[in-house]
Amino acid sequence: MDLSLRHIAHRYDEVEVLRDISLDIEKGQIVCIIGPSGCGKSTLLRIIGGLERPASGDVLQIGTPPSESLNPLTYIFQDFALLPWRTVADNVSLVLEDHALSAKARQNIINDVLARTKLSEFKGAYPRQLSGGMKQRVAIARALAVSPAVLLMDEPLSALDSQTRELLMDDLVDLWTKEHYTAVYVTHNLAEAVRLGHRIVVLSRRPGEIREIVDIDMPIETRTNDNPELEAIQKRLWNLMREEALAADRELLNV
Amino acid sequence: MSDRPIDPASLSQNSEAKSVPFRGGGFLPKPKRIIAPIVFIGLIAFWEFGSRTGFISNLILPAPSEAWASFMDLVHSGLLWKNLSASLQRLVLGWTAGTILGVFVGVLIGLSSLARSSLQPLVSAIFPIPKIALLPLFIIWFGIGEGSKVATIMFGTFFPTVIATYGGIDNVDRGLIRMGQSFGLTRLSIIRKIILPGALPAIFSGARISAAIAIILLVAAEMLGAEYGIGAYILMAGSLMATDQLIAGVAILSVLGLIIAWLIGLAEKYFLKWRA
Repeated sequence: MDLSLRHIAHRYDEVEVLRDISLDIEKGQIVCIIGPSGCGKSTLLRIIGGLERPASGDVLQIGTPPSESLNPLTYIFQDFALLPWRTVADNVSLVLEDHALSAKARQNIINDVLARTKLSEFKGAYPRQLSGGMKQRVAIARALAVSPAVLLMDEPLSALDSQTRELLMDDLVDLWTKEHYTAVYVTHNLAEAVRLGHRIVVLSRRPGEIREIVDIDMPIETRTNDNPELEAIQKRLWNLMREEALAADRELLNV
Repeated sequence: MSDRPIDPASLSQNSEAKSVPFRGGGFLPKPKRIIAPIVFIGLIAFWEFGSRTGFISNLILPAPSEAWASFMDLVHSGLLWKNLSASLQRLVLGWTAGTILGVFVGVLIGLSSLARSSLQPLVSAIFPIPKIALLPLFIIWFGIGEGSKVATIMFGTFFPTVIATYGGIDNVDRGLIRMGQSFGLTRLSIIRKIILPGALPAIFSGARISAAIAIILLVAAEMLGAEYGIGAYILMAGSLMATDQLIAGVAILSVLGLIIAWLIGLAEKYFLKWRA
């Protein structure tokens, strides 16, 4: 299943947030959306997944999602969004309980995704007992449980410290090389974008418009943090964003 | 920068050295378990001592031992159970009905725009009315018997529960609700598995407040014509100037309040064990 964004525009009352965004998200690709803070990238992600209605424009699903997909468009949130009153296994179970699955099938899925995210031994732990990195792993396990066609990630690593961020980034890369998932990855961190993105979309400051789309052909699994080619791309992206970020920083927040 | 390693001893030799004074700490009162019983027992002992030596006149305040004797009289005559069961029945009926209705209406106000705009102002308008003032009306509506007493308690506990419940729902993390929607959870699932558990801590604090209100209203309602009940017992003792019985009755109420608070605490510990 591919996604196609057609002329998305959005405003909150008087404030124009997004202007004429058109973008294709192809199966098996990771599209990173970067831009200065407040440029509407999180809003765009909410629109893509149907959590918010754009003022105009359309998000199209092209092709049908695979039949085993319980929730084709699945989010991973910056703040993890785990229920504090449920254990790790029950947090994963939550998103399966509304589907017609036998108790055994549900249990199998839970065990499988917890094993894939190396969480099996923390099944019975409550979120407050876990570190930030582990919490985000649980959220990833929960997302995998519904076999999504497209993963929508809203700054999934931004709430973590830099060491944990590195480890989880490796996990995301591993997971992609195994499963070739489709993803939209919103971040303000350029290093994350060049590490994970097949395609990087640079948004301008508010109202967010597409300034440039950069494709990176290098296979994701061979990318490293100190690759000169990637560093050059990152530098170029930074130059693109620099003025925007500077100007955005000096704007008054009124959304 | 010199590449000579810094000798820590040499620093302190240069001029006089002293420890940095400690300025942190404090402002963190911690409960100490033994203090409360000591204060309690000390106070009663002082009171008893004062009464025995005549320092506290028996007319003004009866000795704790006399109040205890009246209490034992109550126990032996079997009146304690008669009074207590009558009161407990009213309390349990009124408080349970008020809490269930209150949670229900609170959830409505918390979830529906229509309920919020219609009921919230109504709740705000009726909540501050002392329900005791309405007791004569309740007697006309529900009769002089149990009905009016239970209704008073129900009304008194209903409003704080409503306010606590919708306040709790308003404070549920919107991110969690959005997460539920993003995974395609049904509306009922979101309410049952995300909103209600999230509002539960607030509902429990509401229950603590409404339980105290229920005891206050219980006594007030029983003072207006009840054959049995702790409130009726206190009223009778008061009109006979039997201050020892009065103190015994008041002490029973205080213990009742403590037991209810303890029970709510137990329920909280069980249902909110996910909190640290």
